[in-house]
Amino acid sequence: MALTEQELRTLDYEPDTGGHFGDYGGRYVSETLMAALNELDQSYKKLKNDPDFQCEFDTDLASFVGRPSPLYHADRWSKAISGAQIYFKREDLNHTGAHKINNTIGQALLAKYSGKPRVIAETGAGQHGVASATVAARLGLECVVYMGAEDIERQSPNVYRMKLLGATVVPVESGSRTLKDALSEAMRDWVTNVDDTFYIIGTVAGPAPYPQLVRDFNAVVGREVKWQSKEIFGKYPDALVACVGGGSNAIGLFYPFLREAEVAIYGVEAAGRGLSTNEHAAPLCSGRPGVLHGAKTYLMDNNDGQIAHTHSVSAGLDYPGVGPEHAYLKDIGRANYVGATDEEALAAFHEVSQVEGIIPALETAHALAYTKKLAASMRSDQTIVCNMSGRGDKDIFTVAKMEGISLT
Amino acid sequence: MSYTRIQQRMEVLKTSGRKALIPYIVAGDPALTVTVPAMHAIVEAGADIIELGMPFSDPFADGPVNQRGAERAINSGTTLADVLKAVSEFRNDDCDTPIVLMGYLNPVIAMGEAIFCEAAAAAGVDGLLIVDMPPEEEGALVQSAKMAGLDLIYLAAPTTTDERLQIIGKATSGYLYYVSLKGITGSSKLDTASVSKRVVHMRQHVTVPICVGFGIRTAQDAAAISSTADGSIVGTVLVSQVEELVDQPEKIPSALKAILEPMRQAMDANG
Ligand SMILES: Cc1ncc(COP(=O)(O)O)c(C=O)c1O
Repeated sequence: MALTEQELRTLDYEPDTGGHFGDYGGRYVSETLMAALNELDQSYKKLKNDPDFQCEFDTDLASFVGRPSPLYHADRWSKAISGAQIYFKREDLNHTGAHKINNTIGQALLAKYSGKPRVIAETGAGQHGVASATVAARLGLECVVYMGAEDIERQSPNVYRMKLLGATVVPVESGSRTLKDALSEAMRDWVTNVDDTFYIIGTVAGPAPYPQLVRDFNAVVGREVKWQSKEIFGKYPDALVACVGGGSNAIGLFYPFLREAEVAIYGVEAAGRGLSTNEHAAPLCSGRPGVLHGAKTYLMDNNDGQIAHTHSVSAGLDYPGVGPEHAYLKDIGRANYVGATDEEALAAFHEVSQVEGIIPALETAHALAYTKKLAASMRSDQTIVCNMSGRGDKDIFTVAKMEGISLT
Repeated sequence: MSYTRIQQRMEVLKTSGRKALIPYIVAGDPALTVTVPAMHAIVEAGADIIELGMPFSDPFADGPVNQRGAERAINSGTTLADVLKAVSEFRNDDCDTPIVLMGYLNPVIAMGEAIFCEAAAAAGVDGLLIVDMPPEEEGALVQSAKMAGLDLIYLAAPTTTDERLQIIGKATSGYLYYVSLKGITGSSKLDTASVSKRVVHMRQHVTVPICVGFGIRTAQDAAAISSTADGSIVGTVLVSQVEELVDQPEKIPSALKAILEPMRQAMDANG
C-alpha cells in the first residue's frame, strides 16, 4: 500500500470521523465506553478551536513546562561519529523530565473544561504517571494512577514522586503486571466511574479520539523543530528519529513534517534481546495487525491471538501494541520503523552521558542508538533531529543494578 | 431466511410465557475436560442458551473474576480451536441448546474471520458476541458471520443514547445483551428497578428480545430482572464457583447446577 511521494505530500493525515487512520485505529471498545468516547470526541472538537482553551494550554506550556525546549547541536558526538550533524530536541528539559507533560496538560485541561473532578492514568516507566499527578496537583484534581506491580518495582523513584504529588498509585497484579495490564485496569476504572472521571491516557494508543488528541497536544514538539531548524541551520532536517513505545513522542515530532516528503522519518522500537528472539517490544518491526485496547493496530501476539509478553530494558517501551497512526504511516511508507536492542540502547546511554553531558532516559537511548548508525551513513552537511524524549534520572537505579552496582 | 436455533428458542419461550436463563462460563476454565460436562449440567439446571467464553489475555471489559477465569483457561492451553472442539463434542449429545461464543476480537482475527465463522457454524455454534466490536467497527467478521448463518449479538449499556440504540437494534440478531450497570462484569451494584425502566424504554427502539447481564448474583436478582427483560445472563457467580473448585474440578458441574436451579425456579415462579 505504499503511496507515491506526490501522494505523501498532499495527504491530510487526519483520521476519518470514526477515528480511523486508513485501516487502523477506530473504537474497538465495549458499548459501556462508547458514550464516554463520543462525549470526549465532541468536547475535544469544540475545545480544539476554543481560543480560551488554546490560550491556557499555550500559557501552561510556556510558564509551567518551560517551552519552547531547545534544539541542541550534539557537536562532540557528531564529530566522534563523523557523519551527519546530530541535534537533540530537548524534551528532557521539560518540567517532570519528559515529553509526557505536553499531553497531560492538554488532557487535564480537557478534564477541567468538561467539569470532571477526578483523573486517572496508566503508567509504565512512571513518567506519564508523574506528569499526570503533577498536572492534577496544579489544577486541584483527584488523581489515581494504575501501574503494573513489576514496573512499580523497577521504577520506585517515580512511584514515590507520584505519592509526593498527592496521587494514589494502584498496583496492578493481573496479567504480565506491566503497562498493558495497567491500561486495562485504567479502562475498567473509567467504565465504572465515567460520570466524574477523565481518563488521561499516556500515549497515542487506545480508542479514538485518544490517538488524535494526544498527537495534537504533543505536536508542539515538531512545530518548534520546524522553526528552530530553519533558524539554526537554515533548512528542515534531513531525518527525524524518535523512540516508539506507544508512539507519542515520535508522532509529536513527526506529525508537523509528514507532508515534507524530503524529510526521512525513523521510529525506533525496543528490540530487547533481538528481533529474532521473542523477547522484544517491537510490534511494527515484527508484529502483525490486530485489535488491542480499543484500536486496530500492529501488535505482538501468539498464533492464537493472545497478547504476547514483551521485553525491554526500558519500562516505557515495554508495550505489545503501538499507536494506530504509526501503523498507518508504516503501511503507506511515510515512516520507517527499526529496532534497537537493550545492549545498543545501554551503550548509547553511556556514550551520550559521557560525550554530551546529558543522561538520557533508557527509552530515548533506543532512539540515540539508531541515530548513531544513521548518522554514520550520512554526510557531514546533513542533519538529524533526534527527540531527546526524557532524562535518565529515573533509570540510574536500573542501569546500576544491571551493572552490579549498589546505590544504597 | 430460516430461523436460527437462538431465534427458535426465544419464540418457544415467548409462547410459553417463560424467560431465558443464560449462564456464562469460560471454555477451558480450569481445563477443557471440565467444559463439556459443565455445559450439560447447566442445561439440566434449566439453561436456555449457553454463553461460552473464548479466553483472551487482555479482557478489559471484564472484572477480575472473569479475567482470572480466562487466565486459567489460557494457562491450561485452551486455544480458540479447542473452544470449537468443545462445542462440537457438546453437540454429540445436545442438538437443541443454542450456544453463543463470547469474547474479544483479536483471537478471531488471528484465526481469520471467515475461517473462524465457518468452523464455528460447523461445530454447532449459533451466535457470536464480540465485546470489543461495536456496530461502527463491523468489518470482515460481520460478513462472514452472516454467510455462516450465525447470529451476532450486540451490547447496549445504561449510557447508550437512543440514536445508538437504533443502530444497535438494527445490527443485533438473536437478542440484545443489555449491560445492567456502568462497570465491568462482576460489579455488585445491580439496581433492578432502574434496569426494568430501561428495558421498557429500549423496547421502543429494539424489536429483538432483550436479555440482561452484569451483576446478577442471586435467584431474586434473576427473577426480578426477567420480570421485564426476556432473559437473565449469569456469569461472574459461576466463574467464582469454578475458581473455588479449581482443585476439585469433578465437582464443578454439580456446583454450577446448584447455583442455577434456584434461579430457574424463581424465574418460572414469576410468570
Ligand atoms: C522518556 C520517555 N520516552 C519515550 C516513552 C515512550 O512513550 P511514547 O512512545 O508514547 O513516546 C516514554 C514512556 O514512558 C518515556 O518515559
